[in-house]
Amino acid sequence: MIDFTDEQIERYSRHIMLPEVGGVGQAKMLEAKVLLIGAGGLGSPAAFYLAAAGVGNLGIVDFDVVDLSNLQRQIIHSTERVGMLKTESAKKTIAALNPDVNVTVYNERLTSENIMRLFEGYDYILDGTDNFATRYLINDACVMTGKTNIHGSIFRFEGQATVFKPHAGPCYRCLYPEPPPPGLVPNCQEGGVLGVLAGVIGNLQVVETLKLILGQGEPLIGSLLIYDALRTEFRRLKLKRDVNCPVCGENPTIKELIDYEEFCGLSR
Amino acid sequence: MSVKVRIPTPLMKLTDNQSEVTAEGATISEILNNLESQFAGIKERICEENGAPRRFINIYVNEEDIRFLEGEKTAVKEGDEVSIIPAIAGGSGR
Ligand SMILES: [Zn+2]
Repeated sequence: MIDFTDEQIERYSRHIMLPEVGGVGQAKMLEAKVLLIGAGGLGSPAAFYLAAAGVGNLGIVDFDVVDLSNLQRQIIHSTERVGMLKTESAKKTIAALNPDVNVTVYNERLTSENIMRLFEGYDYILDGTDNFATRYLINDACVMTGKTNIHGSIFRFEGQATVFKPHAGPCYRCLYPEPPPPGLVPNCQEGGVLGVLAGVIGNLQVVETLKLILGQGEPLIGSLLIYDALRTEFRRLKLKRDVNCPVCGENPTIKELIDYEEFCGLSR
Repeated sequence: MSVKVRIPTPLMKLTDNQSEVTAEGATISEILNNLESQFAGIKERICEENGAPRRFINIYVNEEDIRFLEGEKTAVKEGDEVSIIPAIAGGSGR
């Protein structure tokens, strides 16, 4: 077990006094390695709370810079950081919050070329991206590497969260075998979102990540949580593994990573 | 048979912004046809031309995905809740 400093015992005292966490759980958190894909709406609150909790090793992948229109929800950034790389901004905020956390930044767009390298060394992948191309890429790479994918998505006043643990439960393609064709789903920019919804869903992703690290409770494996902010309602739907899933099924047809054309908010 | 149908945000412009509507029918197919008669254009957003739900949309009766029941032929009973759940990508990065 880790030898805590007096400062750490004080910092994490409200965790350590929880029987489900304790010193052992806090040590697990300090040793955990979580990769956040995106430091945007979902990634900002997620990185912030993971750091506060003392999750000791955070990787952050993002190639974007902070824009004034981000600050309505991306709380890890701030007004004077407009124009700064989101990864750098997030790293600064986390350094100010908790010196126990090692942050590694990757100023890269996630592609089939770099995803395996970026995943290396991380136990959990927190998907906070804003487009289908990257979501499918993350899913397939998680299935291929056996890494657990903590998934969240938001649109206007509605959010979804679930945990895809390869072979223990369904994957994203068990739900939706292929990304939708452009034009049939709303573009993320045209959608708009209640800023705090990103906080609700991003933090649900953190709760699930911490439960997985601690081995406590029942993670959202095989269950889709849907939050409707206007109705103030949470619903849970059952998700099942599809034996015909093209990536985690009995006879997978997808054996290599695919770069789908991005069509949500990005022109390529 | 009258059931509640939960409409996802991206389709709410077709239901006068209602997130919950009532539809009549004994099976999911009948429910979808009934929805179309109330809200013209909604069925083609949910289904392929052959009537099967699109691959990026799942339909649940209560908590269960109809793909693991009897697909569009899945029976519904009075008081069931049908949910239409599309894939949504947003993480609102931009
Ligand atoms: Zn699968």
